[in-house]
Formats: sequence, structure tokens, C-alpha cells
Amino acid sequence: MAEVKLEQMDNMQFDVLREIGNIGAGNATTALSQMINAKVDMKVPKVDLLEFKELGDLIGGAENIVVGILLTLEEDIDGMMMFLMEKGAARSMVRVMMGAYASEDESADFSEMELSALQEIGNIITGAYLSSLSTLTNMTIVASIPYMAIDMAGAILSVPAIEFGKISDKALLIETEFGDATEVVNGYFILIPTLDSYSSILTSLGL
Amino acid sequence: MGTMVKVGMADLNVCLPPDAITTLGLGSCVGVVLYDPTHKISGMVHVMLPDSTKIRNNENVAKFADTGIEELLRKILALGASRSALVSKIAGGAQMFAFRTDNEMLKVGSRNVDAVKAKLAELKIPVLAEDTGLNYGRTIEFYPDTGNLLIKSVGKPTKTI
Repeated sequence: MAEVKLEQMDNMQFDVLREIGNIGAGNATTALSQMINAKVDMKVPKVDLLEFKELGDLIGGAENIVVGILLTLEEDIDGMMMFLMEKGAARSMVRVMMGAYASEDESADFSEMELSALQEIGNIITGAYLSSLSTLTNMTIVASIPYMAIDMAGAILSVPAIEFGKISDKALLIETEFGDATEVVNGYFILIPTLDSYSSILTSLGL
Repeated sequence: MGTMVKVGMADLNVCLPPDAITTLGLGSCVGVVLYDPTHKISGMVHVMLPDSTKIRNNENVAKFADTGIEELLRKILALGASRSALVSKIAGGAQMFAFRTDNEMLKVGSRNVDAVKAKLAELKIPVLAEDTGLNYGRTIEFYPDTGNLLIKSVGKPTKTI
């Protein structure tokens, strides 16, 4: 099995992880695009090794309010998958999906119905991400139900950060940003495998 | 007006008046303030995990409740804080996602709070006030001049403890 140390990953391993982000997010973006019936573009995935101190600033600053959807992963790949979007983007997405049933008020809290729609969006697109990852690596991935929180980015990112804290002083993120032409609908996918799962993923791809 | 000293995740720092010290977006992590009210010397640590002895890779002492509090104590004593006058205030340790599972791994917030309190009790530093648990994030600011700890959360009024 490929020996993986987060601090000592080589370029080849980074490239493979970036490609995983590419394929996973590519499928997820397609699913999203079909759901909202609009063209959604994806940026080139980034693989970042970040210090915890920097992590909070990832999505518009630690105090930026974001909608976070988190699934825990089991079986061949252990870890977490997160889908994050800014609150304004989540509002737009709900409006596109629910039409007249969505609230017009920008600053209002989400209704039960809107929260449920957001959770379903998260479910479908993380599902698309994970199923393509599973096909690519030929590994079984069992995801939990999606958990959702709307809060400060720093607080939400503390959850995966703590998982990384157990194995390293840094966090490795496979991060993909997407947006539609008007940048109304944008967000981030973050895949957070455990250290052992990194080895398994790389091994399954012949590294 | 003083400046605002920032403490990141798994980080610690010290602060004297007229400055204030802050950490942004505490989730399941816990922010611990140690404070000497007579000399107005303070410090803050943002801990992520309860116990350094359970983890192999622990070069960053500020990451853990046990080693983080010890290091912060050392730093504020070096600044001239009086050991017997020290008090503390703590905040954070939320459970950000409502996991429907018995998996202890995901309930790290409450374990962090317990570990911080155990360490402070061991060091005989009283906890004057706390705002911990529940399910939302907190930004905290400590003012050594007054000894006030401000807690800001999304959609909630600012709280002073």
C-alpha cells in the first residue's frame, strides 16, 4: 500500500487527487445543472495543504455565514464529504428549485420546506460526486444521510478540521468551486478522506 | 483604542490592555481565556482536541486542551501574571451537526469542554463563566481591561460573560 504522509506528498499524488476532485465535482456539477436547469461551470480543482490557522479563511472568512452539508463516509473510504455554499447562493438555489414557493425575503431564515430542499440538493450532488469517485476507484463508499448546518464558516469547518487534527497539524482538502454564468449559484465541494483512505485511493489507482 | 489580537484554530496568544484578543468562528473547538484580574494580563487558546496523549502527531501544543492550557499558563506567567490570582472563562464546544449516531468521534465538542474543565481543575484555576455546548458557532472577544468576554453568534444578540 502506498505510504502517505500529508506533509510529504509528491506532485504525482497531488495530481491524482486533483483529478479525483475534477471527476467527482464534474458529475456533481452536471447533476446540479440539471436540477436548476441552468449552465453551471466548475473551476479547476485545488488540492491544498493548509494549516488550521488558515482554514477558517477558506470561504470568505471565518465569520462568513455559509450553509454546510456534511456526510460521513464508511467502508472502503472513510472520512467526510462536505458541500458548502454561501447563504445568498443557497437562497438563489432554493428559489430556482421551488419557484413561487420560495421566500422573496433575502434576509429571512429558511423555512422548513426550504431547508428540506437544500438538504435534498446536497444529497443529490454529493451523491453524484461520490458515485463517480466510487466508479473511478472501484471502491465501495457508504455515505450517511446528509447533515446540515447554517453558521459561521469557521465553526462549520472546525468539524473536518478536528478530524485532521487527530492525524496531522495540517488539513488536506480537495476543493472545487463552481458557479453559474451570473455567479449567483456557487459553492465548494470538499472531500476529506482519512489518512488510511488516502493510501487506499492512491493504491486503487495504481500508485 | 487598542488593537485586536487574533488567535487562529489550534493557536494561542497573550494580550494586555488596551488591546483585546479574539478568536473567530469557534465550532466544536473551545476557546479558553486565562486572566489575572489584578495585573490585567490575559491570554487565549483555541483548542481542537481533548487529549494530546491519545494522538501520535502532536507537535502543535495549542491543538490540545491539556498541552494548550499548560503552554498558555507558562506564557502569561512569563509576562508577570500572578499564579494564585488566575481565573478563566471558556466558550465553544458546540455540536455543529445533529449527527444521529452514537459515534463518539463526532461528539468532540462536549469532550473538549470536559477536558478543558478537567485541566483547569487540575491547575486549580477557577472557571468564572462559560458559554458552551449547544449547536451554534461563536466568535469571542476578551477585554483584559474589564475582564469581559463577548460572545457573538449568528442570529443571536451579543452576550457578555
